[in-house]
Amino acid sequence: MSLKDLPKDEYLLPGSAACPGCPATIGLRTVLKALGKKTILVVPACCTAVIESWYPNSSFNVPLLNIAFEASGAAASGIVSALKQKGRDDINVVVWAGDGGTYDIGIQAMSGAFERGTDFIYICYNNQIYSNTGIQRSGATPYGAWTTTTVGGKGEFPKDMGAIVRAHRIPYVATACISYPEDLYNKVRKAKEIRGPKYIEVLTPCPPGWRFPMDRTVEMGRLAVETGVWPLYEYENEEMTFNGISRAIFEGKYKRKPVEDWLKLQGRFSHLFKPKRDEERIKRFEKFVDDMWERFRKEFG
Amino acid sequence: MKVVVDTGNHIAALAAKLAKPDVVAAYPITPQTTIVEKIAEYVAKGEFSGDYICVESEHSAMSACIGASAAGARTFTATSAHGLLLMHEMLHWAALARLPIVMVNVNRAIGPGWTIWSDQNDSMAQRDTGWIQIYCSSNQEIFDSIIQAFKLAEHKDVQLPVMVCYDGFILSHTSMPVKVPEQKEIDDFLPKREPAWVLDPENPVTHGNIIMPKDYPSIRKAMQDAQENAKKLIPEIAKEWKERFGTYHGDLIEKYRCEDADYIILSYAALGAESKVAIDMLRKEGKKVGLARLRTFRPFPSEDILSLAENADLIVIDRSISIGFEGPLFTEVKSCLYEKSDARVYGFIAGLGGKDVRYTDIGKIVDRVIERKQDGVLWYDMEGGK
Repeated sequence: MSLKDLPKDEYLLPGSAACPGCPATIGLRTVLKALGKKTILVVPACCTAVIESWYPNSSFNVPLLNIAFEASGAAASGIVSALKQKGRDDINVVVWAGDGGTYDIGIQAMSGAFERGTDFIYICYNNQIYSNTGIQRSGATPYGAWTTTTVGGKGEFPKDMGAIVRAHRIPYVATACISYPEDLYNKVRKAKEIRGPKYIEVLTPCPPGWRFPMDRTVEMGRLAVETGVWPLYEYENEEMTFNGISRAIFEGKYKRKPVEDWLKLQGRFSHLFKPKRDEERIKRFEKFVDDMWERFRKEFG
Repeated sequence: MKVVVDTGNHIAALAAKLAKPDVVAAYPITPQTTIVEKIAEYVAKGEFSGDYICVESEHSAMSACIGASAAGARTFTATSAHGLLLMHEMLHWAALARLPIVMVNVNRAIGPGWTIWSDQNDSMAQRDTGWIQIYCSSNQEIFDSIIQAFKLAEHKDVQLPVMVCYDGFILSHTSMPVKVPEQKEIDDFLPKREPAWVLDPENPVTHGNIIMPKDYPSIRKAMQDAQENAKKLIPEIAKEWKERFGTYHGDLIEKYRCEDADYIILSYAALGAESKVAIDMLRKEGKKVGLARLRTFRPFPSEDILSLAENADLIVIDRSISIGFEGPLFTEVKSCLYEKSDARVYGFIAGLGGKDVRYTDIGKIVDRVIERKQDGVLWYDMEGGK
């Protein structure tokens, strides 16, 4: 599968209200091509509520239910039950939620839906901040990152949401990044064919939130993978497989680029380098990434 | 038609089953619990064909009902007190989305300290969510109101959720005989839901996206119009039910011995039923007292109250308190009489946190008014009660 083989159908229409360079729209376009027409989206409070454009217009060509911030998992369960009663098992019910709505306020409803075995796909597009409200820290924000609520840089490390979700023993858990659309497309296609709860988390580098120029979104995602900050994997029936460069990193066949290469390009980390280099925090960040890969090797090697 | 003797909660579960919801989503809380247990039993016995979602919180119970209802399902849930409070955000969501969800709220006072006994502070705090609120005073009324609630909620001119409330333990755990029609008779009364909008890939709509200030007021106004429509439909539906099944509990209000009354008690839920006993006692003593039991708090029966006030003074007994002001019904009654009536209105707070209010207590309340010993609001629990 190469990019030119992706379906020509578009379900995210032109004229959305997204920022220039928005990674969520890149992800949505790919995800919706993979899902196809028979899809119902559930969207909690997040940037996508803006991307939809405003009433009575919409930039979506699939049915979409907006729901309160913390309610997506439960609303999806309700939709799936209703469709089951109608005898419809050919419609994908998909939550499309940000990291705030997933890691923080929405974790309970998501966990409940996983535990109940709801037949749906939960996609978290992770831009590592509350971006719609104007760049505040979330449970997914990296250590050291500036946000409007971590003015001197975040003092804590993000949750390992992948591990939290894997602990639910649902049939399919995957990570992806908008910079690798074929990989994302294939993962959504695969998830579609599996019954039960599926979770896909997509890294979506946000130009205004991460403070980088709007023409470098794809590059920022690639660097996150090449530095090992963002691993690409699939966890299927409790079997872990790393994908693409992440696989090469896991197998020791690719030397991760220095984390600094990713950090330096983002204004949100500029205080780690200027006016003088903050060796301690940079080391801590690097160690966090090293430890993550070490854990992967111990657990899945 | 058969007669079933059972508790208010089991009767509520039976009514819900006979209404054939496609989806029930619920979370257990005392004193609602025996409703969800009974539904689980129906599911296990294969007597309930709908999908039963055991959610992880009341917030999720309402969210799941919203999702299911948006996908076209008839949905039911039940809760109490803290569960209802946790749902609050989603109550607004359901009403603004115009989803005809039916919910039982078994009234329970709010903690701390932990209390499981009845008062109506939990549902009164949901006054402004857009939900229709019906208060019951017998198990028959619980049964009839739940099935009627689906018809009302799903009516094309309403499309609003309905909350059927009754007192915890006083009704929820008390057995009474209830006339129960056959399934086929219920099916004839309550046809399948025809949704006003639905999530459907063949006709994709985006529901609930950003709405600009120029458009927002019209969705609020439409809800208000729907509540006004409900005012007309509640009596029509009650009449149809009476003609089919013989039971009737009043329209927006139930009047009892009001015709020649000098004083009319206004109350709701179980206190309303207890007031009837008090009125019989007071009438024997030669005191001309009647009762108007409010069945609906939203829509508010302003016109009925105005007409009652033409020839009588009003005695309002609230099992609820808006801290910092007075009983919520007391406020609303005075508000609808403003500049339209010279009737005097007396307010009492009684029965908070399940404090027993007997018919003799209601008699004492009326005597205080007749003897002109009462002006303003009296906390009967503190001064007159035991």
